Amino acid sequence: MITFDQVTVHYEDTAEPVLRDVNLTVEEGELCLVVGHTGVGKSTLLGAVNGLVPHFTGGTLHGRVTVDGRDTADHPPRELADVVGVVGQDPLDGFVTDTVEEELAYAMEQLAVPPATMRKRVEETLDLLGLADLRHRALHELSGGQQQRVAIGSVLTAHPRVLVLDEPTSALDPTAAEEVLAAVTRLVHDLGVTVLLAEHRLERVVQYADRVLHLPGDGRVVSGPPAEIFRTSSIAPPIVELGRSAAWSPLPLSVRDARRAAAPLRARLGGTLPPPVRPAPDTDAPDLLRARGVTVTHRGVPAVREVGIDLRGGEVTALMGRNGSGKSSLLWALQGSGPRKAGSVSVGESGTSARDPGKVSATEARRLVGLVPQTPTDLLYLESVGQELAQADSESAVGADGVPARAVLDRLAPGIPDSTHPRDLSEGQKLALVLAIQLAAAPRVVLLDEPTRGLDYRAKGALIDIVDGLASEGRAVVISTHDVEFVARAADRVVVMAEGDVVADGATGDVIVASPVFAPQTAKILAPLPFLTVDQVASVLAAPHETAPDA
Amino acid sequence: MVRIPETAARPSAPGPAPDAGGRRLPRTLHPVAWWIWALALATAVSRTNNPLLLFLVLAVLGHVITMRRTEAPWARGFKYYLYLALTVVAIRVVFRAVFATGITPHDHFLFSLPHLPTPDWYAGIQLGGPVSLEALLSAATDGLRLACMLCCIGAANTLANPKRALRVLPGALYELGVAVTVSLSVAPQLVQSVQRVHRARRLRAGRSKGLRALRGIIVPVLEDALERSLRLAAAMDSRGYGRAGTATRRSRRATGALMLLGMCGLCAGAYGLLDATAPVLLGFPALGAGGVLCVAGLRLGGRRVTRTAYRPDPWRAAEWAVAGCGVLSAVLLFSNAGFNAAELNPSVYPLGWPTLPLVPAAAILLAGAAGFLAPPPSPPARPAVPAQRAEELT
Repeated sequence: MITFDQVTVHYEDTAEPVLRDVNLTVEEGELCLVVGHTGVGKSTLLGAVNGLVPHFTGGTLHGRVTVDGRDTADHPPRELADVVGVVGQDPLDGFVTDTVEEELAYAMEQLAVPPATMRKRVEETLDLLGLADLRHRALHELSGGQQQRVAIGSVLTAHPRVLVLDEPTSALDPTAAEEVLAAVTRLVHDLGVTVLLAEHRLERVVQYADRVLHLPGDGRVVSGPPAEIFRTSSIAPPIVELGRSAAWSPLPLSVRDARRAAAPLRARLGGTLPPPVRPAPDTDAPDLLRARGVTVTHRGVPAVREVGIDLRGGEVTALMGRNGSGKSSLLWALQGSGPRKAGSVSVGESGTSARDPGKVSATEARRLVGLVPQTPTDLLYLESVGQELAQADSESAVGADGVPARAVLDRLAPGIPDSTHPRDLSEGQKLALVLAIQLAAAPRVVLLDEPTRGLDYRAKGALIDIVDGLASEGRAVVISTHDVEFVARAADRVVVMAEGDVVADGATGDVIVASPVFAPQTAKILAPLPFLTVDQVASVLAAPHETAPDA
Repeated sequence: MVRIPETAARPSAPGPAPDAGGRRLPRTLHPVAWWIWALALATAVSRTNNPLLLFLVLAVLGHVITMRRTEAPWARGFKYYLYLALTVVAIRVVFRAVFATGITPHDHFLFSLPHLPTPDWYAGIQLGGPVSLEALLSAATDGLRLACMLCCIGAANTLANPKRALRVLPGALYELGVAVTVSLSVAPQLVQSVQRVHRARRLRAGRSKGLRALRGIIVPVLEDALERSLRLAAAMDSRGYGRAGTATRRSRRATGALMLLGMCGLCAGAYGLLDATAPVLLGFPALGAGGVLCVAGLRLGGRRVTRTAYRPDPWRAAEWAVAGCGVLSAVLLFSNAGFNAAELNPSVYPLGWPTLPLVPAAAILLAGAAGFLAPPPSPPARPAVPAQRAEELT
C-alpha cells in the first residue's frame, strides 16, 4: 500500500538529514505504529506519506514514496486526498466549516463526489463513528474526543485507503483518547483501512499494532512486529519494561497477556513489601498553602465547589479528573490570578506572615505561588531565551539574595543557549524555560497545569527529576495531569476532582489503585500486590533472593 | 463503540415553533430568495418618503422576521440594525438642525441655535441659527427612508444564513467564499487566544496596560494564529482543497481576459450612464456588453472548478413566491398605477398629515406575505455548550 524506496529527507536548516535511506513497505489493512522520541522525524515520516513533505513543508526528498501506486513526487497532497486521509493533533486546527455535517462533507465536495453519494456517505460515517446525535452541532461546542472523531470522520468520507494519524490523542483526556482509539481500531478491523499512527502514550495503543516502525533518532527507520521491536527499543510502555525485567518471552503487549504470563512473578513477589516509589515526604513539614471553601464560577456555572486543600512543603500532589472537572480553575484560583467567588487562600507558614495571593499585587502573588499554565508559550514573547530570562529577573526584582533565572534554567534543563528563539525549543524545553521564569520569583508553592501534555517518555522522566528537585527544596508542588503512569512515579499524594468537587484525596498508592480503570499498568498486571511502577519490581528482583516467604 | 454521554441530556421534545407551517415541512429557504425579497423591498423603499409607508415597511420586516427567523447566532442580530437605523435618523436630524438652511416666514419656528459666524471663503455653509419644524420633519423622513433600507439589508442577513449565501457564489469565486468562511471561524479563536494570553500576563506580573503590555499579548497571539493557519492550510491541502481539475493554461487565460474586458465594460458603462455629456454608446450598450463578458468569464472559470455541493438548497415554489412578492411590491411602487405619485413623497409645505395611498400600502403588505409563504425554519438544533468546553473557554 505504502512504499518508501531509499527515502532521504533533508531540511535546509539542519546539518543532518531527518530520514536517511528509508526502505519500508506497509501492507494493506495494517495498523502501523510509529514510535520514537520527540524530534526524530515521526511527523516527517507521516507527512511524506501524503506528500505534505516536501510539497508543503519545504526540504528535499530523495528517493521515491508511492501510495497505492501513486508517486508523491508527481502528486501534491490535494491529488492524494482520495487515497490518504490525514488527522493531526488538534482537531480544531483542521476544521474548515462550522457544523459536523458540513465538515464531514467538505473533502467530498473537493473531490466532486456526486451529491447523492455524498449524502449517503455522510449518514454512514455519522453512524460508524457514533456522531449521529451531533450532526447539526457547531464544531467548537463539542468535547475534544468528539471533535477528534469528527476530524477522523471528515477524512473517512472520502474513502481513503490509508489513514495517517499524527498523535491524535495527545490533546485529549484518557476517556476521550479511548473514544478515539476505539474508533480507529474499529476502522482497521471493519473496513480494512491501512492506518499509520504516531502516539506518545504507547500503553494505550501498543496492543492494537500489527507492526511497529521505530525511529531510533539517527535517521533510520526500523520496522518489525511489535514484540520484536520493543525487545530492544529505547522507548517502551511500562508493560514492555515489566516484561523485559521479568524476561518474559514472547513479550506480552496487552494487560490480559501480561497477567497470564505474570503468575510466576506474582508468586515470587508475593511476600515482599514493595520499596516506596519515592522517599516519604516529611510529615512534620509545615503547611505552605491552606485553602478553605474555594468556589469558582464561570458565567454562573460552578467550576469549583467549596474546595478545601492544604499543601505541605516537600510534597508533590497530583490533581486528576476528566477535562472540565475544575482542575485548571482551582489552580488559577489558588494562584490568585484566576477568579475566585468565595473562600480563602492563605500562603506562607501559618501566623502573621500568611498572605492571600488573590488580594496582593501580581508581583507579590508571583512570589507566593508560581503557576505554569497549560499553554506555557502564552508567557513567552521575546526573541531569545536570554532576553526572556533577563526580563524574568527584572520582573521578579531578584536582589543579591535571589537566584537568577539563568541558573534555575541550567539546573532544570542544561544546555539551552541564550540566543535560541523560544519558539524553536522542544515542548519539554519550553516547559523548563517557563518554569525557570516562574521560579525566579522564588515561590514556595509551584503549580503546574497539565505539564505532561505532548511530552514523550524521556521528557516525562526529566520532568519527574525536576519535580523531585523542587520538592526536596521544601516547596509544595501541584501537578494537574491525566497521565496515571506519570502520577504513579512522581506524586506523593493524589487529589481527584469531579464536577468541581474533590472526590478523593490520599496517598498515591491508595487512590490510584482503588479504581482498576485509573490504575497504572504495573498495578493492573500485579494486582492484588501493591506494586505501582516497574522500578519497584526491578529493585525487588535485583535484590538477593533472601526475601523468600517464610511459609 | 463508545456512546456519547450528551444524548442523555437531550431535551425530550423541541419547543413548539411559532408556526408549524401547516402541511409544509420545516426547512430553510434558499438564501438568494431572501436576498431578492429584501433588496426588492429596499428598492421599493427608495421610491417613497411617506412616513406612514415607511413605518408600514418596518412593521412588515418585523413580522416576517419574527415568523421565519431561526435560533442561529446571525439570526439574533436584527436589533442591532434597528439601533443603527435609529442612529441614522438621529444623525440626520441633528445635522439638519446644526447646519441650518435658514427659515422662511411661513415656517413653524421651533428654536434657535447660537449662530457661529463662518469666514467669507466658507460662506456656503451656515452653523446654527433658527430651526423650523418643517426642516426637522423632512430630515427625519429622509433619515427614516435610509434607515428602512438598512433594515431591509439587516432582515436579509437575519433570515438567510450568511455562510449558505456564500455557497451560492459562482464556482469561479469559490475561493473568496472559503476565505470569508475561514476568517469567520478563526475570529472567535483569536478572541479566545487574546483572553488566554492576557490572563497569563498576570502570572509574570507583567503590565496589563500600555504599549509594552500590548507587545506581550500580541506576540504570543500572533505566533499562535500563524501556526494555526499553517496547520489549517496543510489540513485543507491534504483534504483536496484546490485540486486542479481539468483546467488548461488556455482556459485560465481566456477566463482572465474575459473578466478583465467585462470589468472594463462595466466601468465604462457606469461612467456613460452617470455623465450626461458622454456619448450615448457608452451608456447601456457598454454596461450590457460588460455584464455579458463577466458572466461568460465566470461561467468559463466555473467550468474548471470540479466541485460538488453537499445538500444544496433547492429552489422550489416557496422560493419563487417569496422572491416574487418582494419584486412585485417594488414593481407596483414604481408603476404609478392606481395612485398619485405625489402621495409617495408628501411635501411638508404646507405642513399636514400625510395620506396613506391605497395601492402602495397594499404592495408593501404583499411583501409581508413572505412571512407565511416561506416554509417554517427547522426547529433549533440543541444548544447546550458542554460544561467542559465552557470552562476551557474562560
